[in-house]
Amino acid sequence: MTDTTKPSGARDGGPRLDAVELLGARRENLVPGTPLLEVDDLHVEFATRDGIAKAVNGVSYSVSAGETLAVLGESGSGKSVTAQAIMGILDMPPGRITAGKILFRGQDLLRMSSKARRAVRGRKIAMIFQDALSSLNPVLSVGFQLGEMFRAHHGTSRKEAKDKAIELMERVRIPAARQRVNDFPHQFSGGMRQRIMIAMALSMEPDLIIADEPTTALDVTVQAQVMDLLAELQAEFHMGLILITHDLGVVADVADKIAVMYAGRIVETSPVHELYARPAHPYTKGLLNSIPRLDQKGQNLYAIQGLPPSLLKIPTGCAFNPRCDRTQDRCLVELPPLVPVLDAEGADLPGRHSACHFWKETLHG
Amino acid sequence: MGRYVVRRVIQAIPVILGATFLIYALVFLLPGDPIQALAGERRADPTVVAMLHNRYHLDDPFFLQYWHYLVGLFQGDFGEDYRGNAVVDVMTRAFPYTINLALTALVIEMVVGVVAGVIAALRRGRFIDNLVLISTLMVISIPTFVIGFVLQLLLGVKLHTDYGIDFFPVSFNEDAGFRAYLLPAYVLASTSLAYIARLTRTSLIEVMRADYVRTAVAKGLSPLRVVVRHGLRNALIPIVTFLGMDLGSLMGGAVITEGIFNIPGIGHQLFQSVYLRERTIVVGVVSALVLVYLFTNLVVDLLYAVLDPRIRYE
Ligand SMILES: Nc1ncnc2c1ncn2[C@@H]1O[C@H](COP(=O)(O)OP(=O)(O)O)[C@@H](O)[C@H]1O
Ligand SMILES: [Mg+2]
Repeated sequence: MTDTTKPSGARDGGPRLDAVELLGARRENLVPGTPLLEVDDLHVEFATRDGIAKAVNGVSYSVSAGETLAVLGESGSGKSVTAQAIMGILDMPPGRITAGKILFRGQDLLRMSSKARRAVRGRKIAMIFQDALSSLNPVLSVGFQLGEMFRAHHGTSRKEAKDKAIELMERVRIPAARQRVNDFPHQFSGGMRQRIMIAMALSMEPDLIIADEPTTALDVTVQAQVMDLLAELQAEFHMGLILITHDLGVVADVADKIAVMYAGRIVETSPVHELYARPAHPYTKGLLNSIPRLDQKGQNLYAIQGLPPSLLKIPTGCAFNPRCDRTQDRCLVELPPLVPVLDAEGADLPGRHSACHFWKETLHG
Repeated sequence: MGRYVVRRVIQAIPVILGATFLIYALVFLLPGDPIQALAGERRADPTVVAMLHNRYHLDDPFFLQYWHYLVGLFQGDFGEDYRGNAVVDVMTRAFPYTINLALTALVIEMVVGVVAGVIAALRRGRFIDNLVLISTLMVISIPTFVIGFVLQLLLGVKLHTDYGIDFFPVSFNEDAGFRAYLLPAYVLASTSLAYIARLTRTSLIEVMRADYVRTAVAKGLSPLRVVVRHGLRNALIPIVTFLGMDLGSLMGGAVITEGIFNIPGIGHQLFQSVYLRERTIVVGVVSALVLVYLFTNLVVDLLYAVLDPRIRYE
């Protein structure tokens, strides 16, 4: 009988799982609350013509099974690069991971053989991309592209794979799936295409899905449908979900916790509703203020002044200092670490961190 | 799609008419008398010349002569040359050699060119990539007849005299069978092969950067499957076009290669016929080549829709 409360690696006393064991590991074998994925102090840089672009500068976050982490930040803040590092699909070169760990079920993905890594990719961790039209192969039918997952990972026959593809399409509620299985991506609407991407990510019933701005390219009405579908399937399969977005409005209903990124760093983490109520970082506050609100109709929309920094030359001290209205001398020289924040009485606020020297003033002031 | 094909075939008619007219006129404008050319250096007997002129309507005005030719053509009669051979016979004798040569060349350039291009693309910036880039540049800049004579000397003559290996016949030899075509076909293919290698390289590098290839990697597919199924499958679309267009060029371009290796194909025939002012043969051969061009073009366009489902012909 399998001990269902311990990680399977603990059976032989070894701290490490090999790839085969990792694939065999069942969801139930996880200690409840133990993170499925832990990114630890990840650094990624790109060699460009003008110098080294430091896209990710010490990102740490974690997701557990059944949990949704929203990663928020302006475009260029390193959200996608972090995701690509997790998936192992970074362009290397020019990209380079200079430091950090990415632990999946306690095992460092960055130290795995490429074969073991490939067994995780798509099968244990799957990804949904922003632009489904360009992310699907234009010359292969959607049925082929869905079925390919089963053929490549399970050695399923061509015919059986097609049946599985139809099943998947029905599962993501694509109408007339059987008739449309041989259609090509360009023959579907944007929303349907993104459903196909979701179906593809779901095909192996992965432990973790990374959705990189899955609704950004869609019409507003379709956005909500796709988001609901994703949330529903995540709950059904009890998967971990990393939802990358630059749109605070999208995450409120689906995320459990939020990590806010700025210039390749996490500047604030928080359970979702607390963040909306009381941000602990001036950047988050700016983001929240720039959401259009119905009760402020007619008023000028707030926008954070200035532009995100060049990754070739990130400001010393706090990277946000040129745009912040709280900037003091200290912010210009001293990099603020991501520290736990406390409530007004000095009690711990679980899950809340801020990388601002003046988090107290921001949170309580 | 059926209607599209019909339209294309109808469009081909004026093209063929125009081509025959142009070639007919050009040969007509060549200086020198075709009957005298038949006699070579000797002076031809004036009574014979007059008789033949009469028989082939050579003293009629140009347009009348062309009209006679066209009327014959529409009755399926390509006419005869000045020695009384039916042009159809001359062509059916010569064409198989050229078709064999051109198809062998096409296979060589496709296989070698695509493989070289894929290797270069996947090993971009490394030694093998530079080797492919430099060697193809050399092949492109050296005229075909130089490559032809050099390879003939090295592989045909030297291999025989120095090493006793008789694999490549120096001059075309029917008994050698398929082997006889290898060296000429390689020479004929060389320039296109170089272009295809470069085209494949560029195209594959471009495609491997596409989002859908990233998706394929993210799906956990094997590198081979990613490259072949998702990379090459898309990268080959422009190459198929090139290959299709090239079949016509290969057949037309066989004049030099057939000359070097003494292959009795249409290139050879064309060269002789121009020299002898054999108008009917020149027009017949060129029209047939135009037909090949038009046909391969149509096939390529149709193939395009098969390879890329985003393209539809109405
Ligand atoms: N392939 C690449 N080559 C060079 N630089 C890159 C590449 N991918 C990303 N970057 C750099 O990383 C930065 C962060 O990108 P990204 O993670 O995509 O931002 P976002 O938060 O909008 O997803 C970009 O601004 C860019 O400078
Ligand atoms: Mg992005």
